[in-house]
Amino acid sequence: MRLTCPLCGERDRREFYYCGAEDYLHRPAEGAPLAEWDNYLHLRDNPAGVTKDLWYHEAGCSQWLMVTRNTVTHEISAVELVAERKA
Amino acid sequence: MPELIAKSALEGRELTVGTVTLAEVDVGPITSIAVFPGGAKAVAKGLKALGLAMPEPNSFTEKKGARIVWTGREQAFLLGADCPALESAAVTDQSDGWAVLSVSGAGAVDVLARWVPLDLRLGACPVGGAVRTQLNHMNVVILRTGDHAFEIMVFRSMARTAWHEVESAMHMLAARSATKI
Repeated sequence: MRLTCPLCGERDRREFYYCGAEDYLHRPAEGAPLAEWDNYLHLRDNPAGVTKDLWYHEAGCSQWLMVTRNTVTHEISAVELVAERKA
Repeated sequence: MPELIAKSALEGRELTVGTVTLAEVDVGPITSIAVFPGGAKAVAKGLKALGLAMPEPNSFTEKKGARIVWTGREQAFLLGADCPALESAAVTDQSDGWAVLSVSGAGAVDVLARWVPLDLRLGACPVGGAVRTQLNHMNVVILRTGDHAFEIMVFRSMARTAWHEVESAMHMLAARSATKI
């Protein structure tokens, strides 16, 4: 598996560290109901199809990346910098 | 306080096996420049004194012995020159944190191919390229300084391991090219 880092270019899987679902980017606001925090911390979808997750380019540019991939076809359709995403 | 003598990690060691030479090189002071958000203009102005600018990703540029190397988003290393006063950037001296190895000669690219998960052939990595990647399991910055020349920046604490890895690959390739099948 290879990921195309927006900064470094196409790199081998071993340079990256997987860090979980994209949900971690959507932290509930302070004082949000418990159910929302529960959802943020523990509840994950398990789609057969397109999913988004976070990877860390630890042996490259040290950037957090948001990877859009398909769990059925293994196609990787987008790799974006978390730092430059639109909120 | 007594005068302290700076010593390099490998005491300037040098070794040639076959056509490839491995040596420790002294690149002078190393300064990390991490630009604060919105600080690009001020940093560009400060670097002008050296005739340099923040480099494009995966590249380095040189001017009068001073070198500026891309090391990440909004971040670069200045090598071989004292850093001018920069506003809007975190500037830290990293000189004693790194060891720099030079690998040169015909076949240098084949030696690195044993450890680096990246295509470093001239077509994919032209002279002036600077990549952050791995040498075996060690994080390194690799500079393409010539058609058959590389410089590898590695954490000083891993200098001897890095040397050992590269040296063993040099011996393996020399032995292989001496074998006629």
